Amino acid sequence: MKIQVLLNGKKVEADINPNMMLLDFVRTQGMKSVKRGCDTGNCGLCTVWLDDKPVLSCSTLAARANGRRVTTLEGVQKEAEEFSVFLAKEGADQCGFCSPGFIMAVLALKRENPNPTAQEMKEYLAGNLCRCTGYQSQYRALVKYFGIEEEI
Amino acid sequence: MFTMKNYVQASSLEEAYALRKKSKKNVILGGNLWMKMGSRNIMTGIDLCSLSLDRLEENEKEYKIGCMCTLRDLEVNESLQKEFNGSFKEALKHIVGVQFRNTATVGGSVFPRFGFSDVLTILAALDTSIELYHAGLIPIKEFIDRKLDDDILVNVVIGKDGRKVSYQSHRMTETDFAVLTCAVSCKDGKYTVVLGATPHRAQIVDYVELADPNDEKQLETFLDAIVEQVRFGSNMRGSAEYRKAIAKVLIKRAIAEISE
Repeated sequence: MKIQVLLNGKKVEADINPNMMLLDFVRTQGMKSVKRGCDTGNCGLCTVWLDDKPVLSCSTLAARANGRRVTTLEGVQKEAEEFSVFLAKEGADQCGFCSPGFIMAVLALKRENPNPTAQEMKEYLAGNLCRCTGYQSQYRALVKYFGIEEEI
Repeated sequence: MFTMKNYVQASSLEEAYALRKKSKKNVILGGNLWMKMGSRNIMTGIDLCSLSLDRLEENEKEYKIGCMCTLRDLEVNESLQKEFNGSFKEALKHIVGVQFRNTATVGGSVFPRFGFSDVLTILAALDTSIELYHAGLIPIKEFIDRKLDDDILVNVVIGKDGRKVSYQSHRMTETDFAVLTCAVSCKDGKYTVVLGATPHRAQIVDYVELADPNDEKQLETFLDAIVEQVRFGSNMRGSAEYRKAIAKVLIKRAIAEISE
């Protein structure tokens, strides 16, 4: 079947298998930041935006993205770079495998709620797992990035 | 992972239902999160995404929630939180993460009547009816007891009857399935208690009287009477005895919250 997607602002047309997942579709289009982590919908690594909302691309059918806007990390390079400075300063980028999905969730939060409380920030990012950091360095980076004054 | 030969965006509910009736291998697609965990061979995946069923409408009497609304849509709807003391947010925010709840649909979460469902638990404590394409509008209690069939969940309708409600759950770890879910509502002094993840389908104990929730003795009698009417089971997350013990704690917390 044929689909047409606005991928990172560029119109893309492709002939896909009906059970192709959005994750595989964006990777075939060269968006290699999007990775399959747990493949059970739990780790958040495959997070992309569908019409600007973060979704799990491992569980979303590519067919359902037909006629819609899909954004991956490659499409928000400038914002991602800004945030990555905060991550690097706190040593929060270790193996880096979870970073693409994590950053997509952080940037989605920034757009939805630019000034979150510590609790709101934690709740929003609970669906992104990291197996290196123990989250403390990520929290330090997030507190500075969002300008959160209260204690974590 | 499932396999799927064809994908159809239905142009009407009539078309979707006719396709669904045609073969057991034709399925209605929700958020695909649970289906993806299995290995079904699907002939035709029927998508309702172009039928404008992703709307959450409201009038002075009720909410009408389309089956293609996401769980996140319910969580961020301010009117729902205001009407039901923030209990929807409490029921939904522990489900994995925002990107999961943006993917999961109301229809896909409610129709299969999963034992672990937080959503079914909160809905069952309210004046909720389920609108099925073929069977029509049926009360949630009846819906929970029905066998899974080939009908289509179209809308979830929740009445605004002024009841107070509280949602509680217990998890071994954040974002995991709940060991037990609990919703308690109160209207005109009568309580409805719902326990889910028992791990059976949500069970409702209806119209129980409790004259004074601040009287410890009365409350204990009330709690004992409730848990005796509920069937608890064991699985990897907890034993029946454990669930029965924490059920009382969760109900007590919910009653305390309602009585505030």
